[in-house]
Amino acid sequence: MSADTTTATSGIGPVEGGAGTAYGVDNPAPVIEAPRKRTAKTPRSTRGNFEMAAWLFMRLSGIVLVVLVLGHLLIQLVLDGGVSKIGFAFVAGRWASPFWQIWDLLMLWLAMLHGGNGLRTVINDYAERDTTRFWLKMLLYTATVFTVLLGTLVIFTFDPNIR
Amino acid sequence: MATPVLDKVEAESAASPYITVTFRVRRFNPEVSAEATWEDFQLEIDPKERVLDGLHKIKWELDGTLTFRRSCAHGICGSDAMRINGRNRLACKTLIKDINPEKPITIEPIKGLTVLKDLVVDMEPFFQAYRDVMPFLVTTGNEPTRERLQSPEDRERFDDTTKCILCAACTSSCPVFWNDGQYFGPAAIVNAHRFIFDSRDEAGEQRLEILNDKDGVWRCRTTFNCTDACPRGIEVTKAIQEVKRALITRRF
Repeated sequence: MSADTTTATSGIGPVEGGAGTAYGVDNPAPVIEAPRKRTAKTPRSTRGNFEMAAWLFMRLSGIVLVVLVLGHLLIQLVLDGGVSKIGFAFVAGRWASPFWQIWDLLMLWLAMLHGGNGLRTVINDYAERDTTRFWLKMLLYTATVFTVLLGTLVIFTFDPNIR
Repeated sequence: MATPVLDKVEAESAASPYITVTFRVRRFNPEVSAEATWEDFQLEIDPKERVLDGLHKIKWELDGTLTFRRSCAHGICGSDAMRINGRNRLACKTLIKDINPEKPITIEPIKGLTVLKDLVVDMEPFFQAYRDVMPFLVTTGNEPTRERLQSPEDRERFDDTTKCILCAACTSSCPVFWNDGQYFGPAAIVNAHRFIFDSRDEAGEQRLEILNDKDGVWRCRTTFNCTDACPRGIEVTKAIQEVKRALITRRF
């Protein structure tokens, strides 16, 4: 309606004048483009078994972690004096046995990969821009790899006679 | 003298089925503004009528510029899926009395798809995902001279997913689809399920491969929004899980 009045008074058509401000029949507001529209940037195929493997890993590692983590918490916090007994000597005593070494190693790897994959999913779902998504995932992968490697190193090279 | 007259008027108003309902409609017109706004409409309507009747009343009697899709108006064509009181429903299957007419009834376009005008969205990305799963019978060999027979048990296997009317209520209720819109969406998976588990079809493997995509079934987070939204009562999330299971049992 305002476009009509300006046309009448100034004599300039709606295309030439005032195109930036008022929206009209010839100048509709831009609509937000749907994301799934196929463009030149759309990759041809993103098929592969990685997502399936990740999905399956989450379920299987989850089942194993229930046993590992609950057992760990029970031993560390509840049984035999609870949290007060934990000290260097206690850890050293436990890690003298390969059973507990493997238990902790398995728990470390599974928990880190399970949590890392879960966070990867969260980032994929919630990051809005591709660059944000990329850098958040890089941060996540770095932290995961660092923690897993450090933990593995400690479990394998643990020296109870350290001074 | 006056009392019986008053009584009669009261009795008449009590007998009248009409109540005043406020429709709060999300309006968007790109030819007027880039912003979408809420607009309230007051209308006298029988609460036993449907939301679609209210929209018709607005369009025919109050504001002819209100734009929405509807075709059959009886819950079969799937044109009028919209977000009513924050939930995806078909306007033609929602009775006003069922959604608390005391408060304003909010009506928005379905989410995750481009709004073109008022309640009309661009369905193209939705149908693109639908076409991608090849929703048609694929067979090899000579065509039989009679119909392709199937046992009732085989038919029962995919019966639930044949009910889909492609209204997009499920896909546009899915939070994963809202995020970046790359996910195939529940509707496409439901329609793939309909052929994957059809004993007469021979391209199940191909469809499973398509849905094994990065944005295929594995992006489903099992939030059950799709099952809640489906106006046909399809167990959508169950169908998606069955496709996942088929993918896993096929590989291992």
